[in-house]
Amino acid sequence: MAHFAPTRRSLLQGTLAASALGVSGFPARADVQWKKYAGTTIEANLIKGPRGELLQKYASEFTDLTGIKVESEVIPEQQQRQKAVIELTSGKPSFDVIHVSYHVQKRQFEKAGWLMDLTRFMKDPNLTAPDLTVDDFSAGGRQFAENDKGEMHSLPWSVDYFILYWNKELFAKKGVTLPKTMDEMAIAAEKLDDPANGIYGFTGRGLRNANMTLWTNFFLDYGGEFLDAKGNILTDGPEAIEATKMYDRLMIKSSPPGSAGFNWMESMASLTQGRAAMWIDGVGWAPPIEDPNASRVVGKIGYALVPAGPKGQYSAAYGDGIGICEASTKKEAAYLYCQWAVSKTMGARLLQSGGGVPFRNSILNDETVRKGVKMPAEWLEAVIGSAKISKLGLPVIIPVAEFRDIVGAAVTATLSGADPATELKKAHEQFRPILERSEKA
Amino acid sequence: MSTIAEPAEITSRGEPQREWRPPSYWPFVLPALVVVLAVIIFPWAYTIWMSLHEWKVGSPPTFVGLANYIRLPSDTRFVESVWHTLVYTALSVALPLLLGTLAAVVFHAKFPMRGFLRGLFILPMMATPVAIALVWTMMFHPQLGILNYLLSLVGLPPQLWVFHPATVIPSLVMVETWQWTPLVMLIVLGGLAAIPAEPYESAQIDGATRWQVFRYISLPLIMPFLFIAAMIRMIDAVKSFDIIFAITQGGPGSASETINLYLYSVAFVYYDVGYASAIVVVFFALIVALAGALLRLRQTSHWNDAGGVA
Repeated sequence: MAHFAPTRRSLLQGTLAASALGVSGFPARADVQWKKYAGTTIEANLIKGPRGELLQKYASEFTDLTGIKVESEVIPEQQQRQKAVIELTSGKPSFDVIHVSYHVQKRQFEKAGWLMDLTRFMKDPNLTAPDLTVDDFSAGGRQFAENDKGEMHSLPWSVDYFILYWNKELFAKKGVTLPKTMDEMAIAAEKLDDPANGIYGFTGRGLRNANMTLWTNFFLDYGGEFLDAKGNILTDGPEAIEATKMYDRLMIKSSPPGSAGFNWMESMASLTQGRAAMWIDGVGWAPPIEDPNASRVVGKIGYALVPAGPKGQYSAAYGDGIGICEASTKKEAAYLYCQWAVSKTMGARLLQSGGGVPFRNSILNDETVRKGVKMPAEWLEAVIGSAKISKLGLPVIIPVAEFRDIVGAAVTATLSGADPATELKKAHEQFRPILERSEKA
Repeated sequence: MSTIAEPAEITSRGEPQREWRPPSYWPFVLPALVVVLAVIIFPWAYTIWMSLHEWKVGSPPTFVGLANYIRLPSDTRFVESVWHTLVYTALSVALPLLLGTLAAVVFHAKFPMRGFLRGLFILPMMATPVAIALVWTMMFHPQLGILNYLLSLVGLPPQLWVFHPATVIPSLVMVETWQWTPLVMLIVLGGLAAIPAEPYESAQIDGATRWQVFRYISLPLIMPFLFIAAMIRMIDAVKSFDIIFAITQGGPGSASETINLYLYSVAFVYYDVGYASAIVVVFFALIVALAGALLRLRQTSHWNDAGGVA
């Protein structure tokens, strides 16, 4: 967690001052009437993890600021998604504010119209601090939050970029340098392999479904696009096949035995115990890696961009947002909460603790915020570098879970020696009708 | 009330035929009936009704007749999951039964610290499945897990445990066995305690070996208890979810995906309620069939006189 030097009071004053002065240069505009909805109680449904927990931890500050009481529940990701869908379908959700996983739920929420359009609120100076503008969110964040009419139905909150974690000590021992391309990475991994001592060049997710977040980064680097102009899925083309071959080369030749069943937890264990030299996964794992109680490689890990493929260099991005239910009766109070959640203060805390990366450029580019980051400088560089080359890591469709299961199972099967082209074709044929049905419904 | 005025008809048995009246005890049955209707009959009827619809959460249901059922046999993931469920169940009934009986025989004998050791032995049963599943996940880790370390101590090559399709089900059964052997032991121990001492004494006089005593006296007499244990284990194993979900989520690939896990994905991850309901109905039929088979086995095996006691 972040160790924050300023006191709570000074932070609050800072937030208010920032709102009043405004970064965008509208000092004459009306102030946000933070206290207008004092006495209201709102319910927030959040996902367990550094982001949801951060909001819960500092909820009393929001209450001090606005007089609004927040009842928040923090539920593990998968269960939260189920609960959200079931309650929103019922038309009477028990919560006003909802934490959304864009990479899984964007299309589903949009099509169902579950979240309110925030455009009107965002233009209202009584409700929105002048520094909160649509332009302040990075392009990826806007891509996630806006629907096809350009309306914002949620506020982009935190993004997870895929980066390369590498063990500098193991690299130095074998005289290997940091790879810049996928081919170099495979060669480096093979040089770093030392099975006699239980050390492997690479590790990553192989488990069905979980593996898709890693595989898609390969897919993007090999020039893959998820959908064509007509909305057909394109995961059986030559790019997918070549990407799978590279993924297989690393995962079969240079990864710990049993990688086909690895999720992030097993992969991270291999890295933090010094048994794997490279790992590609989300930026959010730096805190446990740099925690001496959980890791044997504190200070030895380098953070870098995912190496370039033949068709480009990308970082697969996955994002969280926060929005308000269309069915909520306390929309203004809920909006103040959402605004606070993505505020500079809370965003700075998120970044500084390594728990996530805010979508707002004004936070990322702020020198004082950057200085407070507890993670190594290289980590922050990798984050900022990834932001520039980020691309959505999963297709924006309704049946994301089916996509991850079906194509993920095909990719896992190739780790046991099945032919990538055949498996991907099979998965494609299985998935296509599901996608078509979901869009028709 | 016209029958009262007419002369009562005489039936062949010579009794007057009265108008049917509700039995006097019906008010006592009613509460139970309402509860059964509400919590058993209604959900079932509703599930069957849902299974006849194409119904995705968020869109209105459309009636499709038996289409969901027709889809099942051609759904390879479903067919494989049935197979996984049967293998998983067979193993996780047989192993705890065998080891539990053995443990019960051991703990039935009198030796110092018996009570303490018995208590120790039943600890796994008290643990939360999800918590122990997470512990086992790290114990199975091919590089860092303690299991491969233990194998290396005795010179055996490392295994992939739950990380390989071929070994994943036996490895999961190992966890299940570790957790549920104590239950079988408790049940069998109860059975052993209920056997009178006389048959053993006469067997001793006749010069029976320990094996003969177990095979011809203990085993036939604890058979009913073993059946109960097998039944409980079977029902538990068929619907096992927590351990598998927490350790492998059905993976690698779908190598350990049982009906229950697949069902969960279809219903709560893909939100395909209609199809999931069809799977539930088939799954329920399977459990009933298995339980029926076991009961039938019990009726036809004459366990009470099997082997002929001394």
